[in-house]
Amino acid sequence: MTDTDTKELKVKDKQEVSTSAEQTRPGLVFTPEVDIFETEKELVLLADMPGVQTKDLNIDLRENVLTLTGDIAPFEGAEEEDILIEYETGKFYRQFTLSEVIDQERIEAALSDGVLRLTLPKVEKATPRKITVTAG
Amino acid sequence: MIYRRLFDLPTWRVRSPFEELERMRSQMDRVMEGFQGAPAFRPTAGVFPAVNLTEDKERYYVRAELPGINSGDLDIQVTGNNLSLSGERKTGVDVEGARYHRREREGGRFSRIIGLPGDVDPEKVDARLVNGILTVSITKAEAAKPRQITIS
Repeated sequence: MTDTDTKELKVKDKQEVSTSAEQTRPGLVFTPEVDIFETEKELVLLADMPGVQTKDLNIDLRENVLTLTGDIAPFEGAEEEDILIEYETGKFYRQFTLSEVIDQERIEAALSDGVLRLTLPKVEKATPRKITVTAG
Repeated sequence: MIYRRLFDLPTWRVRSPFEELERMRSQMDRVMEGFQGAPAFRPTAGVFPAVNLTEDKERYYVRAELPGINSGDLDIQVTGNNLSLSGERKTGVDVEGARYHRREREGGRFSRIIGLPGDVDPEKVDARLVNGILTVSITKAEAAKPRQITIS
């Protein structure tokens, strides 16, 4: 977070998903960019999903596979004509395999300004415990 | 646009065997892209943010994907026929002892000027930032609006 002050943002092409399974509905599917970091107690995932509303966001965790899906409602009005199109819109989809044991009951998700913040608390036994060796 | 030039005028460059391969590869990419319904060549200015510009009879609409940017960190100005967007995206987190597994989201400053194709009314500009999508709607100047002409 320190070096961002001076850095210029570069434009990046949105990454399209390349999966073996095809979609039943036509349309583009993109991979959201994510930051994932962990602290002693939890794993936090931040994902850029611009245009996704809370009701269209789907988060699924089963058998250590976390799936994020976000649908996009079309923005353009019916009367609008394209002049310049630099990016495409479409669904967001990404899957992660979690190595940590997650306390599913306490998962929190918040979506604000198009960024999803998912907090995945580790279960008690997975939090590191310092073991002191007693001389005996 | 640069691609177009490279493809159409292959003779003025020094040829190398790899160039030919590279060209074949991009042509394949183009064919594959075409299959998926996306336009084969998208003109990009190479400046953040990527924008989509559309129009209807009354307005121009400029849209950009700006996730994680507060409206306070964004500066929008209309001068003549130019719309300028600048701001800063902050991606850092204020969490003690965070250890990163992945860091793909990028932060930084940006500024871009978009030339609008017709005259606009700088008094009637409306900008909204909803769910990380910025929509600037700019009312066209009276002279630039299409007018239905009836044959008398």
